[in-house]
Amino acid sequence: MTTSVLLVGVGGQGTILASDVLAKVAAGTGLDVKLSEVHGMSQRGGSVETSVRFGDEVASPMADAGAVDVLIAFELLEAARWAHHVAPGGRVFASVRRIPPLSVLIGSDPYPEGLEIELEERGATLIDADELACEAGSPKSANIVLLGAASQALSFDEGIWRKVISTRVPPHTVKANIRAFELGREAGAPRGEC
Amino acid sequence: MVSERVERVLLSGNEAVARGAWEAGVAVGVGYPGTPSTEVLECLATLGDARSEWAPNEKVALEVAVGVSLGGRRVLVTMKHVGLNVAADPLFTLAYTGVRGGLVILVADDPGMHSSQNEQDTRMLARAAKVPVLEPSDSQEALLMTKAAFEMSERFDLPFVVRSSTRISHSKGLVETGARDEAPPVGGYATDARKYVMMPGNARVRRVDLESRLEVLADESQRLDVDRVEMRDTVVGVITSGVAYWQVREALPDASVLKLGLTNPLSEDTIREFAKSVDRVAVVEELDPYLETSLRAMGVEVEITSVPRTGELTARAVAEGLGRDVAALREPIAGLPGRPPVMCPGCPHRGVFYALKRMRAIVTGDIGCYTLAALPPLSSMDTCVCMGASIGMAHGLELVVGEDDRPVVAVIGDSTYAHSGLTGLVNAVYNRGDSTIVVLDNRTTAMTGHQDNPVTGRTLMGEETTELDLAAVGVALGAASVRVIDPHDLASAEEVLREEVARSGVSLVVAKAPCALLLKDEHSPVGVDDEACTACGVCIRLGCPAISKAQDGKAFIDVALCVGCGQCEQVCTFDAIVPAGPACDIGGGV
Ligand SMILES: Cc1ncc(C[n+]2csc(CCOP(=O)(O)OP(=O)(O)O)c2C)c(N)n1
Repeated sequence: MTTSVLLVGVGGQGTILASDVLAKVAAGTGLDVKLSEVHGMSQRGGSVETSVRFGDEVASPMADAGAVDVLIAFELLEAARWAHHVAPGGRVFASVRRIPPLSVLIGSDPYPEGLEIELEERGATLIDADELACEAGSPKSANIVLLGAASQALSFDEGIWRKVISTRVPPHTVKANIRAFELGREAGAPRGEC
Repeated sequence: MVSERVERVLLSGNEAVARGAWEAGVAVGVGYPGTPSTEVLECLATLGDARSEWAPNEKVALEVAVGVSLGGRRVLVTMKHVGLNVAADPLFTLAYTGVRGGLVILVADDPGMHSSQNEQDTRMLARAAKVPVLEPSDSQEALLMTKAAFEMSERFDLPFVVRSSTRISHSKGLVETGARDEAPPVGGYATDARKYVMMPGNARVRRVDLESRLEVLADESQRLDVDRVEMRDTVVGVITSGVAYWQVREALPDASVLKLGLTNPLSEDTIREFAKSVDRVAVVEELDPYLETSLRAMGVEVEITSVPRTGELTARAVAEGLGRDVAALREPIAGLPGRPPVMCPGCPHRGVFYALKRMRAIVTGDIGCYTLAALPPLSSMDTCVCMGASIGMAHGLELVVGEDDRPVVAVIGDSTYAHSGLTGLVNAVYNRGDSTIVVLDNRTTAMTGHQDNPVTGRTLMGEETTELDLAAVGVALGAASVRVIDPHDLASAEEVLREEVARSGVSLVVAKAPCALLLKDEHSPVGVDDEACTACGVCIRLGCPAISKAQDGKAFIDVALCVGCGQCEQVCTFDAIVPAGPACDIGGGV
């Protein structure tokens, strides 16, 4: 069985680092892993997407449309753009962060209304990743908050996540990033029925 | 001895190619940047033992490599698919001369055009050049095939192309690495005019020899261990190569597969044997029907594949193409605005295009970050064809558009100018042209991730070197007028541009200011004085992603994005754009 995770966002949001952490976590548990990124224009504020696939033997490096098990979206509009790629029964973890594209900034297009509701109707878990990142002590750790949330849908134990995060982020931010992971993991936990 | 568990590392295809070349003992790596190939040389430069160099273009890169090879050492050349067009001239004759030290050219295709102007298939050009092609399918094979290619290049006396693509170069997988072998010596330089001076008498002999070298390679191909037969269910047998192999494995895990590693020349025996062992043959390949037409020419019956001929292959498309059921996709959420890349806040290019838009100029453009000026709201680039084209096209347009028409201005980046713009300037001067040529000198090759180039004064190995002095070269080549402007100073930039388009003879304007992403200084962002802002919208038309239109139509500047370039302050006629003060006062926004 191969698990397909798709990470989407806007250039500069740290999707590539997050994908790398996820790939190393999977490899660290002895699984085969492939990661594929499209980052040609990432520094120019365009959409970025990365697939991470892992399992006993991974064939294609790309998480195909309709076959995404976990979608991790770093921005709301990007979550909406990719939501239909998720497989039946797949999970979506989306940041509520809004980054307007240029057409919205210059007033040619509105930033779409009601995306939160639409995504929640499709079963997405919405995360205030920026708020939690600030709480963790580093506004730049929103990417790790989202990984923490998504870790609820991935069966790796917390120890390996901590280990990989510690080696992959700048040394002086390790504490904040570990905290970001924990806060994200809490936020991504299934809500109890009441 | 206790056998150690081999450690596998996560490497991108590009890192794996660099590693394979390094393990093969390369002395030199040389190339020109181009997505998705760029990181190969950047990685090789960090591995030690070999020298890596950026050449000004792919033709020069290949010529440098030929020199290294004739000197008896192994050499890696890197480029993107369109780079091979530029290098085609030496390439076609290099097949005749052959090599001394192994010469391997990594060419990375970009199916789907994630960051390219076309989608050409390198196998077609390599076959036309009579150059062998190896096609890895993932990082592990990228390492092994690159390494093996050096040995094959020496053994068969041919340059070898290793063809990658975006999903190989920019994918990571687990790779077993090895030690560096110092390549077996092929001997130092030795004069051999009959082999290396390709004038007709010698070339005719080498032409015949080339056919026999390719034949020997084809005959030996079965023993090279690069093609792989995987027998499973024999109802359908798929013939494939490159990353398409993995899409086939994903889509049809039960099908028998012939995975071709060497796609020029083809191992006909292997293909015929495989075709005989299955009921129906399918061909799955990305881009052109290269294998399909070759197989048909060999008389192999190919079950037509309805796999798309354009764009990137996905497992889903392969499954659909071969008649498997695929589940319908969910309904996409409709009405979402797109998110194309944009010029960064503080980009110096913006100032030039703002002026050109006001001048209603016809702008023949070129390739680089500045091509983004073609998008709204600047919408001030008319053409983009290939690197260097802006200057020749401007001259051509000026030959036929009347004097009262809009002015024609060629705009080209510094790296692109050094790549293939200089000869365009020579042409315009020689042919008594009137062109105005703007070189956007942002001190880097920004588009492909900030590589050094001849204008930056630094090499790929990090050494300081002589800077190409654009203004002095312009004068030396005979431009009638050479001006240097600061593109952030909008009024004087426009004034100079207006003067130069009015002037007869060739004008060269060097717009010099570093790429905003290179600026390490403290930024002093600006903000909007809400009282003074009249919602006129002029600053919005700069297309700066730090400036947006608020609900009331007034401008809003995101201090987290603003780098304080000052362009918006200059266009605002109401003094509504003011220093924002220290960023920390604005709060902890992200
Ligand atoms: C023949 C060829 N080689 C390489 C490329 C890839 N490429 C596109 S633009 C560019 C360089 C852009 O640098 P520059 O002209 O300095 O403009 P900047 O991006 O810095 O604005 C490169 C290498 C290409 N498109 N064609």
